[in-house]
Amino acid sequence: MSTFWSLWIGIITLVTIIGVSWVLVSNRRVSVKEKLKDDEVPTTGHVYDGIEEYDNPLPGWWFNMFVISVVFAIVYLVLYPGMGNFPGVLGWTSHGQWQAQEKKAEDRFDVVYSTFAGLSIEELAVNPEAFKIGRRLFGNNCAVCHGSDGRGSYGFPNLTDDDWLYGGSPEAIQHSISHGRKGMMPAWSGVIGEDGVNQVSEYLFKLGARDHDASLAEDGAKVFATFCAACHGADGSGNQALGAPNLRDDIWLYGRSPLLIKTTIRSGRQGLMPSQNQQLQASKIRLLSAYVYSQAHQ
Amino acid sequence: MSDARPADSLPTYNIKVVKQFAVMTIVWGIVGMLVGVVLAAEMIWPDLNRGIPWLHFGRLRPLHTNAVIFAFGGCALFSSAYYIVQKTCQATLFMPRLAAFTFWGWQLVIVAAAITLPMGLTSTKEYAELEWPIDILITVVWLSYAVVFFGTIVKRQTSHIYVANWFFGAFILAVAMLHVVNSAAIPVSLFKSYSVYAGTIDAMVQWWYGHNAVGFFLTAGFLGMMYYFVPKQAGRPVYSYRLSIVHFWALVAIYIWAGPHHLHYSALPDWAQSLGMVMSLILLAPSWGGMINGIMTLSGAWDKLRTDPTLRFLVVSLSFYGMSTFEGPMMAIKTVNALSHNTDWTIGHVHSGALGWVAMISIGSMYHLIPVLFEKPKMYSIKLINSHFWLATMGTVLYIASMWVNGIAQGLMWRAFNTDGTLTYTFAESIEASMPGYYVRLLGGGMFFLGMLIMAFNVWKTCRGPGISAPLNGQAVSAT
Repeated sequence: MSTFWSLWIGIITLVTIIGVSWVLVSNRRVSVKEKLKDDEVPTTGHVYDGIEEYDNPLPGWWFNMFVISVVFAIVYLVLYPGMGNFPGVLGWTSHGQWQAQEKKAEDRFDVVYSTFAGLSIEELAVNPEAFKIGRRLFGNNCAVCHGSDGRGSYGFPNLTDDDWLYGGSPEAIQHSISHGRKGMMPAWSGVIGEDGVNQVSEYLFKLGARDHDASLAEDGAKVFATFCAACHGADGSGNQALGAPNLRDDIWLYGRSPLLIKTTIRSGRQGLMPSQNQQLQASKIRLLSAYVYSQAHQ
Repeated sequence: MSDARPADSLPTYNIKVVKQFAVMTIVWGIVGMLVGVVLAAEMIWPDLNRGIPWLHFGRLRPLHTNAVIFAFGGCALFSSAYYIVQKTCQATLFMPRLAAFTFWGWQLVIVAAAITLPMGLTSTKEYAELEWPIDILITVVWLSYAVVFFGTIVKRQTSHIYVANWFFGAFILAVAMLHVVNSAAIPVSLFKSYSVYAGTIDAMVQWWYGHNAVGFFLTAGFLGMMYYFVPKQAGRPVYSYRLSIVHFWALVAIYIWAGPHHLHYSALPDWAQSLGMVMSLILLAPSWGGMINGIMTLSGAWDKLRTDPTLRFLVVSLSFYGMSTFEGPMMAIKTVNALSHNTDWTIGHVHSGALGWVAMISIGSMYHLIPVLFEKPKMYSIKLINSHFWLATMGTVLYIASMWVNGIAQGLMWRAFNTDGTLTYTFAESIEASMPGYYVRLLGGGMFFLGMLIMAFNVWKTCRGPGISAPLNGQAVSAT
């Protein structure tokens, strides 16, 4: 913030607080000097549509409450940031408070996680304590997409079966969680046309041993060999190095109906598993990996 | 120095526009609160909209807030400001045709809101969701309102300006400024625009507007209403002129600073968060000044509370006002806000102000005003006013108590940790724990809504009942 704006903020803050205090104090009067008969307080003498106004003093407790709140505000603005660039004598910042709390939490919870440091992911997967923590980490961080049971849903892979886009080894799972994954199926309609989409999809039904049109599937096999096999493999069994799914196992991330499969081919798909290593420490990711591994290897 | 003048020298007041706004206050109150009840039910049964997008929570919610704040509250403010400024200035409305325009213009704004919001057309700014063509219409109507109001003040026959008019004046000026600044946007089509502000600045401008919609629209304006109808209904002088001076100036000077407390622990710079918090705390005393002045006006007339449910509405509204203006500064304290933010506590706080203060002061004022405007001796049934009073009071208490319980439960559940640092509860578990509160809220809101239906019936019967021989305008002006 430039000096001008810092001064601007400081000055209008002080003008407001001092101005309001002045209005308060200058209207202070402890009691009514001359009461009328029957203890009646005098009015201001104006009448508005029959309404008069008494000239009662400000209630004492209210005056004091007002003063206390103003004093509190001034003390607070001396201690904490508020008056433009003046940082406050305590040197407090919200960023500093966040870091301090994070440090405190790390110190406290690192003790818990350090007990698992010497165990491999396979060992952690059968450790009951690690399993409990892993399940809670999964519930906090993963369940929102993959479901609390890990079975996924449309667009979010099922983590409990043995079909893995990027591999089901402990290392591959840990890598997926730490660094995330980006799935990219290109849109093919511009390349192979609507006929090509129909042919390839019939070929895929054939691969999955579903009802299909034999002659279209035959043409589809040619299209597949030209455009699809590079990623999905010559036999359609996929390639985990690329995250290209196996097309023979009848597991479909974006739906198995002919309509949805054609949409996938025609328009492509974008998958995103966000990387977690900024949010979660490595020790937590290990327990999480072990939990996911255990779910798929029950 | 009395301003009282012989009755036959008083002008012929413009009552038509006051009447129109008064009737629409009740109509829009019913509509807005019905939408609120539907929303409360959708929180319990989320698929209640049956797949109909126009009835989806996300679209009805802004319709509810706009309908109760700007349609119900707005009509009540137009009606009472136009009435009070005439009566306390002893002058008929300045530019009566412009006043008539403000009525039809404002109704057009409301109808446009009721059409566009369910269609999903929104600028996404809370309490300022209407798209730019409607925003321009609001500006035109609002400036016309200012011309009529201040024009009437200028041509007043009294030497001084009554305190109610200070509050109405501040409310009209501040809302004009807030609306124009916050709604500044670049249109890209007839129904789509983008705010001229970006990021944190956009958020700050939005909550500068948002909190002062509360401070000036829902507080200053309704305090103006309070300063006329409370002394009028109680038949007592206002407690303290000095107090009204101090709390008026303090209120308008401090409220405008309080917005940042909506953005605690956000990307907003620390200095702005601190200022928002301390100014919110200073705001407690000025807010309570209005409550003290209203309630103490009753000293010497407390017995009237036993027999006059209209007065009860007015006094209980001041109690809720005092309670929610205590709660507000408390929730603005950063450590309290860390618990309350994003929970149902905030919804409860808003409704203790909206139902307890804004709606009840408006209802009380309308029960006073309707017989006067329609030249009837009194409301058709005092018993029905009493029933309405108890439904409204108990409905409000159920609403805010259930939201306190829910809010604190949610806040505590969200910050509960296991020994390994993981969260103890998932978000869905906090929703599950909130369900009993949602049922109680629906019940409370339903009771409040039922009260409005009773009011509508009572007003209908009053208007159809026999008139009085001493009409409002004319030679035999009643003392009302």
